[in-house]
Amino acid sequence: MAIPLIEFKNVIKRFGTKTVLDRVNLQIYEGEVTTIIGLSGSGKSVLLKQMIGLMKPEEGTILFRGKPLAEMKKKEIIASFAQMSYMFQDNALFDSMTVYENVALPLVETTNLGKAEIDRRVLARIEQTELGDAVHKYPSELSGGMQKRVALARALITDPRIVLFDEPTSGQDPVRKNAILTMIAQYQRKFGFTAILVSHEIPDVYFISNRILALYDRQIVFQGTPEELENFDHPFKDEVIYSLEALQKELSGLYSKRQFEILNRVQMKRKEMGEKYCVIIFALEELNEIIAKLGHDAAQEAIHAMGLYVDKHFGSLGGFSTRHRLNEFITMVPYSELGDIQVVLQDFIKDFQEKGNNEIWALYRKLVPPGQCVDLSILAGVAQGRPFDEIDSVIESARAQQKEIGRLRCIERRREKR
Amino acid sequence: MAINETRQNRLENEKKQQEDILLLRPFTLIGRSVISGVNHLGAATIFLCLAIAKTFGRKQFFKTLQQVYYIGARSMTIIMLVSLFTGMVLGLQSYHALVKFGAQGAVGSLVSLSLIMELGPVLTAIMITARAGSAIAAEIGIQRISEQIDALHTMQINPLQYLVSPKITAAFISFPLLTAVFDLVGIIGGYISGVILLGLNAGVYTHSVKAYVEMTDITNGFTKAIVFALIVSTVCCYQGYFAHMRTDGRGAKAVGLATTSAVVISCVLILVSDYIVTSLLM
Repeated sequence: MAIPLIEFKNVIKRFGTKTVLDRVNLQIYEGEVTTIIGLSGSGKSVLLKQMIGLMKPEEGTILFRGKPLAEMKKKEIIASFAQMSYMFQDNALFDSMTVYENVALPLVETTNLGKAEIDRRVLARIEQTELGDAVHKYPSELSGGMQKRVALARALITDPRIVLFDEPTSGQDPVRKNAILTMIAQYQRKFGFTAILVSHEIPDVYFISNRILALYDRQIVFQGTPEELENFDHPFKDEVIYSLEALQKELSGLYSKRQFEILNRVQMKRKEMGEKYCVIIFALEELNEIIAKLGHDAAQEAIHAMGLYVDKHFGSLGGFSTRHRLNEFITMVPYSELGDIQVVLQDFIKDFQEKGNNEIWALYRKLVPPGQCVDLSILAGVAQGRPFDEIDSVIESARAQQKEIGRLRCIERRREKR
Repeated sequence: MAINETRQNRLENEKKQQEDILLLRPFTLIGRSVISGVNHLGAATIFLCLAIAKTFGRKQFFKTLQQVYYIGARSMTIIMLVSLFTGMVLGLQSYHALVKFGAQGAVGSLVSLSLIMELGPVLTAIMITARAGSAIAAEIGIQRISEQIDALHTMQINPLQYLVSPKITAAFISFPLLTAVFDLVGIIGGYISGVILLGLNAGVYTHSVKAYVEMTDITNGFTKAIVFALIVSTVCCYQGYFAHMRTDGRGAKAVGLATTSAVVISCVLILVSDYIVTSLLM
């Protein structure tokens, strides 16, 4: 087993007489995205702050690459923390500084880089985080979402090896939340840093996380993959996961993977042998190109709109859907024949292309420079199954059938064609 | 019977204990205050030493210059205004007092010595505390409660070096300079009221200033200014920096209380230290 990058051994943290963390044990591994989930006020931020040395535990040991921090020399501790970067829940931006100055601050103060090099790096990061228009603005002149992105840009400006994100999506709308999570996932892949997140965004964080840590009743009660969490039997699931999943369903019209499986099992039990059902797999392609040209928000807007339209058309048939991967949805429609599904699929694509098109692109029309338009391919594959069929094999069969059923054309391009 | 007696004894013991507690309470409070005061004094001294140790760190010059502009240059107007009227009042009062003894020729020396040795350093320090000291405490306090200071830690930027050290250095530079301005404008104020308004001979006034003011008086005044700079900058920065640790308030309230404490403590310490420094220099 690899040596954990950060390890907590029996860590206790108290504020006065109140114990916030009680004998916490956890391991965080290098190169992974680890998400800490838990109720508000359960001590997640305190946990994170101890990792970067902003708080010290009353008891217990914190190890960095297998070596206790308490046994390290001051230089070693400084070198360890210098590899880390922290994105605060409330951003902690300097309100008397412009966006540029905020992002440039770590480089100006801790490196000997020249002004030209700092300019180049800062402006590149500002462009990547879609803040080009806000370079000379002050944080108070920006929306909450833009302030988050400034904090993100500042956290990444020094190319850290470990980035700690304290509720990076708090106060954001569902589209923006997913855009920020996708951005974190994309940067993590691109730069290879270790990401440690504190988040409530269940199940969205599952798509980007390698490991999940569950903080409940002052202790870490679960450490493992998102898949392992599905089978975790603990009061934590009732109190935290289910309530957050229900909220997600309200916001997006989609079920979590776990809810999807439960619904599926219920449907299977209710049906008589031989009765058929259909599974449809939807996917959006060219998302990376959209992210590159129009940004994460545009990509997430497309995914979000697609989720809503899938639920609108197939939900009325008794179907239920879940987001399976970042750009993939699975819909299960009980009591349906392939022919029925094909008809609804045509209605769906027509509606999505007409209305969805406007909704998605309208927001980004101004941003699309001439010749930069991107078309989104919508793929769908349908397969029929029976109750005794393994659901996974039906899903695989649907995926094998996947083909393009339509494209979302950029409005600017369509205008040019006219 | 025996039970009643025991109960009565117990009640009497409790009553006696309560009386003891009531009698001891003032001493307990004094003891706690003294311990707390000593703790703060120790913490503030360490805070000051750490900040001074970072004075000559990299990229400090420009930050210090900015603070000299903020604490010093931008306080000029208010200092000049206050000193002008202080000098004028001194001229007026001393003229009417000295004329009774036929000693109005000493107005210049009285005004200049009062300003240079006492009023100049003290009033300058109090005015800077009111204008810049309160702002320093509030600014650092807000940076503390909005986690900006924590953010500096995470960016490997030493907050003492980045925020506190330039302010303390700037105070060391600004206080003596502003005191000099105060003294000069105050003497001009005395001239206006004594010579222009009350008809005292101009030559007598200036001669009196030149004849009785010695270099030691000026250096003593500047020594006081430096001591006050040390006190005001440390107290204001310290109060703001530890605003989050206040027990009497949280968040914005803590910043407000920290600012009030900074001004009150600075003013009290200016007057206390003024006496101590004066007695040492005399």
